[in-house]
Amino acid sequence: MFCGLTGIVWLHRKIQDAFFLVVGSRTCAHLIQSAAGVMVFAEPRFATAIMEERDLAGLADANDELDRVVDELLARRPDIRMLFLVGSCPSEVIKLDLSRAAQRLSKKHAPALRVINYSGSGIETTFTQGEDACLAALVPEAPSNPAGAPASLLVVGTLPDIVEDQFRRLLGEIGIPKVDFFPPRRSGDIPAIGPGTRFLLAQPFLGDTTLKLEDRGAVRIPALFPFGAEGTTAWLTAAAEAWNIDPAHVQRVVAPGQERARRALERHRETLAGKTLFLFPDSQLEPCLARFLSRELGMKLIEVGTPYLNKDLLSRELEALPDDVLISEGQDVDRQLDRCRAARPDMVVCGLGLANPLEAEGLTTKWSIELVFSPVHGFDQAADLAGLFARPLRRQTMLKV
Amino acid sequence: MKLTVWTYEGPPHVGAMRIATAMKGVHYVLHAPQGDTYADLLFTMIERRNHRPPVTYTTFQARDLGGDTADLFKAAARDAYDRFKPDAMIVGASCTAELIQDDPGGLAKAIGLPIPVLPLDLPSYQKKESWGAAETFYQLVRALAGSSPVPRTPAGRPRCNILGPTALGFRHRDDLIEVKRLLRRLGVDVNVTAPLDATADDLRRLPDADFNVVLYPEIAGVAAGWLERTHGQPTIKTLPIGVGATREFIAEVAALAGVDPALAMDDCGSRSPWWSRSVDSTYLTGKRVFIFGDASHAIAAARVASEELGFEVVGLGAYNREFARDVRAAAERLGLTALITDDYLEVERAIADLQPELVLGTQMERHIAKRLRIPCAVISAPSHVQDFPARFSPQMGFEGANVIFDTWVHPLVMGLEEHLLSMFRDDFEFNDEAGPSHLGHGAAPSAPAPAAAAPAGVTWAHDAQAELNKIPFFVRGKARRNTEAFAAERGIATIQIETLYDARSHFAR
Repeated sequence: MFCGLTGIVWLHRKIQDAFFLVVGSRTCAHLIQSAAGVMVFAEPRFATAIMEERDLAGLADANDELDRVVDELLARRPDIRMLFLVGSCPSEVIKLDLSRAAQRLSKKHAPALRVINYSGSGIETTFTQGEDACLAALVPEAPSNPAGAPASLLVVGTLPDIVEDQFRRLLGEIGIPKVDFFPPRRSGDIPAIGPGTRFLLAQPFLGDTTLKLEDRGAVRIPALFPFGAEGTTAWLTAAAEAWNIDPAHVQRVVAPGQERARRALERHRETLAGKTLFLFPDSQLEPCLARFLSRELGMKLIEVGTPYLNKDLLSRELEALPDDVLISEGQDVDRQLDRCRAARPDMVVCGLGLANPLEAEGLTTKWSIELVFSPVHGFDQAADLAGLFARPLRRQTMLKV
Repeated sequence: MKLTVWTYEGPPHVGAMRIATAMKGVHYVLHAPQGDTYADLLFTMIERRNHRPPVTYTTFQARDLGGDTADLFKAAARDAYDRFKPDAMIVGASCTAELIQDDPGGLAKAIGLPIPVLPLDLPSYQKKESWGAAETFYQLVRALAGSSPVPRTPAGRPRCNILGPTALGFRHRDDLIEVKRLLRRLGVDVNVTAPLDATADDLRRLPDADFNVVLYPEIAGVAAGWLERTHGQPTIKTLPIGVGATREFIAEVAALAGVDPALAMDDCGSRSPWWSRSVDSTYLTGKRVFIFGDASHAIAAARVASEELGFEVVGLGAYNREFARDVRAAAERLGLTALITDDYLEVERAIADLQPELVLGTQMERHIAKRLRIPCAVISAPSHVQDFPARFSPQMGFEGANVIFDTWVHPLVMGLEEHLLSMFRDDFEFNDEAGPSHLGHGAAPSAPAPAAAAPAGVTWAHDAQAELNKIPFFVRGKARRNTEAFAAERGIATIQIETLYDARSHFAR
């Protein structure tokens, strides 16, 4: 399982004028480049300030060093408007105070640049929790809603631009007057947040961000997550209910999308129905995916692993799961492998480190990282999401070698 | 602190993982947080290995830090022994665990496992992956082979060990097949190959050989030095990359083993010398090539490029400082100053400045070359999933030289095509911007090359600029730079067509 630094790979593409500077070790730099699809090589808006022996021995003042590295960075990328200082395992262990560094650097480079810090360390976060930490750190940067401002909807969690646009259209047609997305595409466009804000989570792993938003007076709209036709309908409907919009009208708006999704899912249902599924813990998306795959595609769940289970945010998802499913929280990979081998599921969802070894044992796998790297939310992506699972099974039946 | 965008090498514990993963029956217990388990994917995805690396991570968390991370380590080591029953165990810490100073070696000793347990001290904040691999292999060899004399098999055919092939190595799998074939033809037996597929017992048998063949000094150089000092085994140091070096390798092995080198030289399937001498290759003459990689592969590539393909080496460098001296010497022989750096931005600048016609590098240079629209071939780790081909594709031996000829020549614009491109610049279908025609449109470079800034006070007249654009793009950068330098030197403020041709004649001398 990856650490929270991995989120940088998609976050830096989403916020297009932000730069992510990890303060860490060579391992951190190596992780990000290995996780980034084994090297995406566009000029990346992320880098690592690698700590060296002299930094640890106290020969170099960490703050001076950080200032120098940031200057170097800004000289190369003067277009950057927001800089995230990202803590790592080593920076946490030596208790490097990145929040003070961020304040100092913000002051130094204001107003051209804002500097924010969060931790993506693997001793505190796994994989998608890095996005949670990043967004939680971004909440205080949002301007406040003026008192008495009309209620507005905030959709929280990184979504591909195309999905964001689809949701914006749908929510608009439903009749919600003002819809904002968080994180924004540009750092200057952080929407105002306050007591008038109602928010919908687009991703299930945003527990800390939720708390920060609630601190600002924003109110969460509980819902299924927008995976599959059922999840997307429930998610949109929950927002509409918060605005007391006529359910018949909502149904008219979502009907075409629902119908497209159902039609497109039919083909995959043939492949997936009745197949057994074992999910290793990875992204915290597992309960939502399990719900979608069991209810809309007829897969049989054996075990649903998740690195962390937020029972509050996921309450509706858990209610929607079959009663007999084993939900396991946390990671003990050897024991999970024992259970998986004993169960011989038709499909295993797991990380990149396990996929080929399990395939070599004759199991069929779907690597989970693709689930956070591709557009899978909403009506029009429901079949793509199902396709990610169907493709390995279809491939098994095609191959005669 | 050092600002790093991409790295050539991982941390040293990844080097240790490469050794453990290559071997059989060796388990690595690594004191490390959960996030460090990412390293498994290097082996299972890039190299497509069908087993998890034999590594148990302790996966401590922040909440464990005040308390018993040491107990966590002991439990992990004990569980790993019970579950995997290895013949030997290596134990160590990753960068984060190094800071909490739990002493994995002492802890592992305390639990008293009935197998050899080797503590590894790999300083994460000083050293890198290759060093870690070399150190791990050395520690394993030293501990298992021991320093007391080993009873030798009664004299028979000459015997050697092959040292260096390991997991995630650039073409190690195929090099090994090719080198074993050479040794077989010479009548030299292979006692042990290590670390790839070697067991702990194999390492114990290492002293039972007449000499060692080191294929990858970055991995096995230290261990071979120790074997030479302790067990009196000479080391074959010539790397058989390229036809000339392969011949020297054969001669060196034959002399040491007391066999006839002709056994491996004759009828050897070597085609690259004739491919290189055939007239179609004339256009390769003096192609300007930039070479960067690990020291051993870079040095070998420079020799092949200049002696066997007739290229002009315009830049040579390596990312591993441990071997900087060798690279500097090789560069000097070519009249160059070596570029020793692990900063890919510096390599990118060097390539942009030199405007070579071909880049031979790592996966990183492949991306740099793509950005700068220069053809490229990969010659060294770090590598990509595509650098682990399904087909037999060695770099070493005579077949390796054949493979090298093909892979380096393939990305270039071919002879007559090059002429046509310079004759008819404005053909809308067939022009240099489209890339070599045999590579299809996919090869067309996407990003524009960064325009190098002209020296202050020098500008291009409109018609001179137009004339410059008639020069094929793969030499245009160099022509631009030379002309601007020529003009600046002579105080010419505006470059005219005449200036362009004057500069050309000046630099042609």
